[in-house]
Amino acid sequence: MAGTSDIKELLTRNLRQSGIYIAFVAIVLLFTILTGGALLSPGNLTNLVLQYSYILILAIGMVLIIVGGHIDLSVGSVVALTGAVAAVVVIGNGLPWWLGVLAALGTGVLVGLWQGFWVAFVGIPAFIVTLAGMLIFRGLTMQVLGNVSLSPFPPEYQYISGGFLNGLLGGYGYDAFTLFLAAALIVVFVIQQYRGRLAKLKYQQQVEAQWLFWLKNLLIAAVVMAFAWQLAHARGLPVVLILLAALILIYGFISQRTIFGRHVYAMGGNLQAAQLSGVKTRRVNMLLFINMGVLSAVAGIVYSARSNSAQPGAGNMFELDAIAAAFIGGAAVTGGIGKVQGAIIGGLIMAVMSNGMQIMGIDQSTQSVVRGVVLVLAVAFDVWNKKRASASS
Amino acid sequence: MHDDILEMRSITKRFPGVTALKDVSLRVREGEIHAICGENGAGKSTLMKVLSGVEPAGTYEGEIHFRGRPMSFATVNDSEAEGIVIIHQELALVPYLSVAENIFLGNERSRAGIISWHETNARAAELLARVGLDENPVTPVDHLGVGKQQLVEIAKALSKDVSLLILDEPTAALNDDDSEHLLGLIRGLRDEGVTCIIISHKLGEIVEVADSTTIIRDGSTIETIDMHVPEPERPALIPRLIRGMVGRDIEHLYPERDAEIGEEILRIEDWHVGHPTQQDRVVVDGASLHVRAGEVVGIAGLMGAGRTELARSVFGRSYGRDITGTVSMHGKPVQLRSVAEAIAHGLAYVSEDRKQYGLNLIQDIRTNVTAAALRKVTTGPWIDGNEEIAVAERYRSSLNIKTPTVMSLVGKLSGGNQQKVVLSKWLFTEPEVLILDEPTRGVDVGAKFEIYSIINELAEAGKAIIVISSELPEVMGLADRIYTLSVGRITGEVPARDATQERLMELMTRERE
Repeated sequence: MAGTSDIKELLTRNLRQSGIYIAFVAIVLLFTILTGGALLSPGNLTNLVLQYSYILILAIGMVLIIVGGHIDLSVGSVVALTGAVAAVVVIGNGLPWWLGVLAALGTGVLVGLWQGFWVAFVGIPAFIVTLAGMLIFRGLTMQVLGNVSLSPFPPEYQYISGGFLNGLLGGYGYDAFTLFLAAALIVVFVIQQYRGRLAKLKYQQQVEAQWLFWLKNLLIAAVVMAFAWQLAHARGLPVVLILLAALILIYGFISQRTIFGRHVYAMGGNLQAAQLSGVKTRRVNMLLFINMGVLSAVAGIVYSARSNSAQPGAGNMFELDAIAAAFIGGAAVTGGIGKVQGAIIGGLIMAVMSNGMQIMGIDQSTQSVVRGVVLVLAVAFDVWNKKRASASS
Repeated sequence: MHDDILEMRSITKRFPGVTALKDVSLRVREGEIHAICGENGAGKSTLMKVLSGVEPAGTYEGEIHFRGRPMSFATVNDSEAEGIVIIHQELALVPYLSVAENIFLGNERSRAGIISWHETNARAAELLARVGLDENPVTPVDHLGVGKQQLVEIAKALSKDVSLLILDEPTAALNDDDSEHLLGLIRGLRDEGVTCIIISHKLGEIVEVADSTTIIRDGSTIETIDMHVPEPERPALIPRLIRGMVGRDIEHLYPERDAEIGEEILRIEDWHVGHPTQQDRVVVDGASLHVRAGEVVGIAGLMGAGRTELARSVFGRSYGRDITGTVSMHGKPVQLRSVAEAIAHGLAYVSEDRKQYGLNLIQDIRTNVTAAALRKVTTGPWIDGNEEIAVAERYRSSLNIKTPTVMSLVGKLSGGNQQKVVLSKWLFTEPEVLILDEPTRGVDVGAKFEIYSIINELAEAGKAIIVISSELPEVMGLADRIYTLSVGRITGEVPARDATQERLMELMTRERE
């Protein structure tokens, strides 16, 4: 099937994937207009990154859980618990900030071991295990904190979510380092894409037409540079954005190009076939939940650093945002289908909508209704798309 | 009596990109058993979907006349109202509901919305008697075997006052006994005046029951054959059907093999397997067998004899509990405690149920092919996606998998091609011993021949092969040596050249002394 495909073919063939990008662009444009451009202002873009980073981190873990055929309702409570543990270590005992981070991550691992044990070895559905976890970890949070908030964190800890890389190459009223990094990233990305294209041609597979390939890359480069430009004119490059980018990159690779990742998809697609192909499903399930625990801890650290406190009620309803992000991003309810990049876009759609509506001054109740409707529509689109795909076979 | 009950005229059905049916015509006489045969993907099922309203009127061209009147069915309910009922290959019963509830599902016996249980169960009992099923109507359906479930489906059809009953591969999952009973029932229904259309790959049973047969190939009607021929001409019917279905002569249904039988590779001794959930129930009871390089060994047994259970318990203990006995490879005892260990020792198991146990239907051919041997396409921590595609392409051409690209979803392939994907997956693990459980179930004649040829090539390449099949001619045609299995025990070992169907059947039904 060597050959090239044109833009129409590319869009229709990948509607499941491309549809979500189109929807994202449409929603960004809509809210840019509705907010009179305030959405894309330098200050707000920075804010958007800071405000929703922990949801995106959770969404990365959640999409893997969902692809594996499970669900995790406990992540909100785990965010609270890990944040509380960090606070007790750093604020309560006056130990260094990095010990607090390690303690939070360790707590995340323990949480994952606990939930993974019940799911993988006892065979209790994850829905039940994590529903119980939601209660258990919320209760533990209150006990760890003695039912009061702890604050403030030392500046080093706050830096995790409030820090910016700025002025490393000198200040000119904008941060040159951010622009430089973005440009470097684009160069690496385009080289990777080009090498991938050459490899595909070598293996005689279909690739998009040359002009389309460059147009696509040019568009991506333009968007990234514009985004970096706006950040550079605000406070610089948020540390948390670097963390997020690294996680997206790493988990993108883990899910698509490692044996572990492939096993998660195999398990979600057909559990029994996976077992009979030699997939050690207990081990994979265990790792999935440990991973979710660790990512929840990362989100817990970022969240507590951002709110500069640990509260008994922290992270409430975060699980629903993370689950919604995964499903809006194209994950299948029955498992086996879903992508990290999709979940990120799904999370960003939720983020842009919430943020846009906040700027417009729409009240909480309406926001809630709108977000719920969008979730249902997104999954409805997915169902419709699947029917269309099977009808054309 | 011999009027046409059904006439389908020049049916043409197009899906985006393919024409599934081209100008197909079908005439079925009242009160006959009319068989439809053709390779997988020939258009049989599509034709039946058009007839039953699954594909609504307007989405196809052509006319349907039922009892002389033109029909246009928009839904399945419309066709059922006329007495046309279709029983699909995959049974549509709710496992946790009772037999009676299933029979009247969607058609409940009720007054003012309240179900009348007396009437439901009494009517169900009558219907069960009619299909010869001796079960209590309140028994949950999942307590019944596939053969009995099939009878429940027929009882359900009868409850709707059926006048034209369509059965899609009714005996595909049944053993010989159950098939025989079912075919007898269909004959009985015909004698009561119910016209039957039966779709089947089992040509022997078509010759046995059908009054006439329509052959479909590549979406077109080839011919309709009157099956009432004088006795001496009957043996010629099967080759004639095959010729019509594949459009060529298949001289030998089982291709010749020229394999040199070498040293023993796998030996299983005194193998016991307990039922996974029912205490005290022994599924495999002291089985011993061996297979040598280049040899094809058949395991013949009726359903429930423990064939699949034997194979899966050996294959990394993926079935059963309290397993005892020894497995040796090349004369040395080995421990196969998990599927991964079994694969590492060079075992491969192709399941009887590819959709449930063999394939990830929502993934592409490429990922399915490499699923059991991912390490072979991995460098460092990374899977090489391009190498995977190259591997899948190799099997696509060597096993002749019919697909536009290896990135197509496996769920969209026909049964024969799906089976080839499963085979590819296991061939890519480069096994020494290949266990094939019902390798040609739900596979059409042409693909069957290809699969037989693949088995022969593997034997010629020095692999040890175990074929489990409930079709005796298949076991006899393929194997060098045949073990018979009855109620968990090996009851006989017969060289293929001495095997007759009668002798094997006698051993397969031998009860414990």
